[in-house]
Amino acid sequence: MEEKFDVIIVGAGLAGSAAAYKLAKEGLEVVLVERGPYPGSKNLSGGVLYGRVLEKLIPEYWKEAPVERYITNQIISFMSENASFNIDFRSQVFNEQPYNAFSVLRGKFDRWLGEQAEQAGAMLVPGIKVDRVIVENGRAVGIAAGDEEMGADVIILADGANSFLAQQLGLRGRFNPAHLAVGVKELIGLPRETIEERFRLSGNEGVAYGLVGFATRGVAGGGFLYTNQESISIGLVMHLDELIETGLRPAEVIEDFLAHPSIAPLIRGGKLLEYGAHLVPEGGLAMMPRLYMDGLLVVGDAAGLSVNNGFVVRGMDLAIGSGIAAAEAVLEAKKKNDFSVQTLGVYQRLMAESFVLKDMQTYAGAPDFMKNERLYKVYPEFLASLMTAIYQHEGVPKQHLLPMVMQSLKNSHLSLLALAQDGLKGVRSL
Amino acid sequence: MNRMSLPEKLAVNKYELDEGHPHIEVKAEICNAICKTKACLFVCPVGVYSEQEGKVVADWAGCVECGTCKAACPTEALVWEYPRGGFGIIYRYG
Ligand SMILES: Cc1cc2nc3c(=O)[nH]c(=O)nc-3n(C[C@H](O)[C@H](O)[C@H](O)COP(=O)(O)OP(=O)(O)OC[C@H]3O[C@@H](n4cnc5c(N)ncnc54)[C@H](O)[C@@H]3O)c2cc1C
Ligand code: SF4
Ligand code: SF4
Repeated sequence: MEEKFDVIIVGAGLAGSAAAYKLAKEGLEVVLVERGPYPGSKNLSGGVLYGRVLEKLIPEYWKEAPVERYITNQIISFMSENASFNIDFRSQVFNEQPYNAFSVLRGKFDRWLGEQAEQAGAMLVPGIKVDRVIVENGRAVGIAAGDEEMGADVIILADGANSFLAQQLGLRGRFNPAHLAVGVKELIGLPRETIEERFRLSGNEGVAYGLVGFATRGVAGGGFLYTNQESISIGLVMHLDELIETGLRPAEVIEDFLAHPSIAPLIRGGKLLEYGAHLVPEGGLAMMPRLYMDGLLVVGDAAGLSVNNGFVVRGMDLAIGSGIAAAEAVLEAKKKNDFSVQTLGVYQRLMAESFVLKDMQTYAGAPDFMKNERLYKVYPEFLASLMTAIYQHEGVPKQHLLPMVMQSLKNSHLSLLALAQDGLKGVRSL
Repeated sequence: MNRMSLPEKLAVNKYELDEGHPHIEVKAEICNAICKTKACLFVCPVGVYSEQEGKVVADWAGCVECGTCKAACPTEALVWEYPRGGFGIIYRYG
């Protein structure tokens, strides 16, 4: 190999750029290789970044970064075919610095973080697809792209949910569709004033909806709607195994979702700006690959790091957190000039001590809980039936609440035992 | 919002087409011989796959590179890789 660097990072998503930024700041020679023409050009999120971890890397990042709105209003919505039951939480606590969460658009945000890494001294190489990791005597020593090769002490795989490279290296096996979800998203442009009026927002406040039930036609997963400055991010996340079973077409499901009577008025008059799709690793700890080998670490979605409980999809913060942990492990290895698993393995410990693996543990039950079809089919119907009973006045005497609840339970074929079970499971796994 | 067809939606996206270098190849003999689900025909969010004269074909230009088809395909019929560096979907927003 002609050239050799301290670190080569494959993929300039949030995980890769966070690692590159930290390592370059510490003076290491870092190459950040990205297959897209610029960082973010291949990346897609719903888009709520829980940014406290980024604050640690880049203090007051929101002052410079292209963030959209800080989220002050969280809405959980249970949707049936023609009704929706919302829990609407709005708090002024969320519009204080350092903000809890921002809506972001990855095409802009990742580009910015990539630039920060570059300014810190990393060499960004866009437009190059890495074909394979070069391994010698069981140790990763470089990368190959086309007929070019490049060497490094450490390779960091930050190549996202599909991570073909981790698969090539045998760090993970073939994907199980039960561990993946398909995300489909539309970006809908609307004037700033319309968004602020429609969603009752002032200034740069924003709202985040998590929607379950009819949104996905009962398939495990959920819908989301997030406000940006002059657009709305709206879409669905659907478990792949159930999509295959049901034969539903994501493009049709999202079309019906957008036409739902609770959604259509929110996007009325909007103009489609982009249509995209991306996989979400949903398997939790069960799908996590081996996180390291001699001379190599795996971070972000490539490491299966994401948490989804139906209402909140998180992965960006875990990507950044793992990028930082990987950088710390590399710095340790550099100090000892030992890039074998003995030293690099500290990455596993750093992750275990940080919120990244702790949250993965906390939500270890979420993937199973998410597979409970009552969440999508029965509860939204139950709530719609109960609320209709409470508010519908047909000129006949009303019942007390309890009989109405019992009748609605019956209408939606829900037993009290199942209700208690789900309640307990939910409280334990979410 | 007015209802739009899938091709109309995709027309809004930005792509850098790598003419003459398809990044998806379907070995239709395998599909016909052993595939029970033909999942690619419906799971693809942009409708890349269709059956033409009894053979599964990929109209790859609209692909947004999510990898769903590859993950859903139960056989080795799908030879799928990312387009060459710099080509394919270019998200302006993401
Ligand atoms: C619909 C949807 C909604 C979501 N909503 C949220 C949300 O609201 N909040 C949240 O926190 N998370 C959300 N997520 C999850 C989040 O998007 C991911 O967890 C996050 O993008 C992971 O970042 P990453 O850097 O690990 O991977 P990615 O962002 O996927 O980056 C991987 C990078 O590697 C590059 N690459 C891949 N292969 C190669 C190669 N061979 N050579 C060179 N470069 C390569 C890619 O081009 C890309 O730039 C959502 C995901 C989806 C799909
Ligand atoms: S899912 Fe795979 S094997 Fe089945 S039809 Fe599609 S490409 Fe062929
Ligand atoms: S990668 Fe995604 S968009 Fe491309 S063909 Fe496969 S499923 Fe369709």
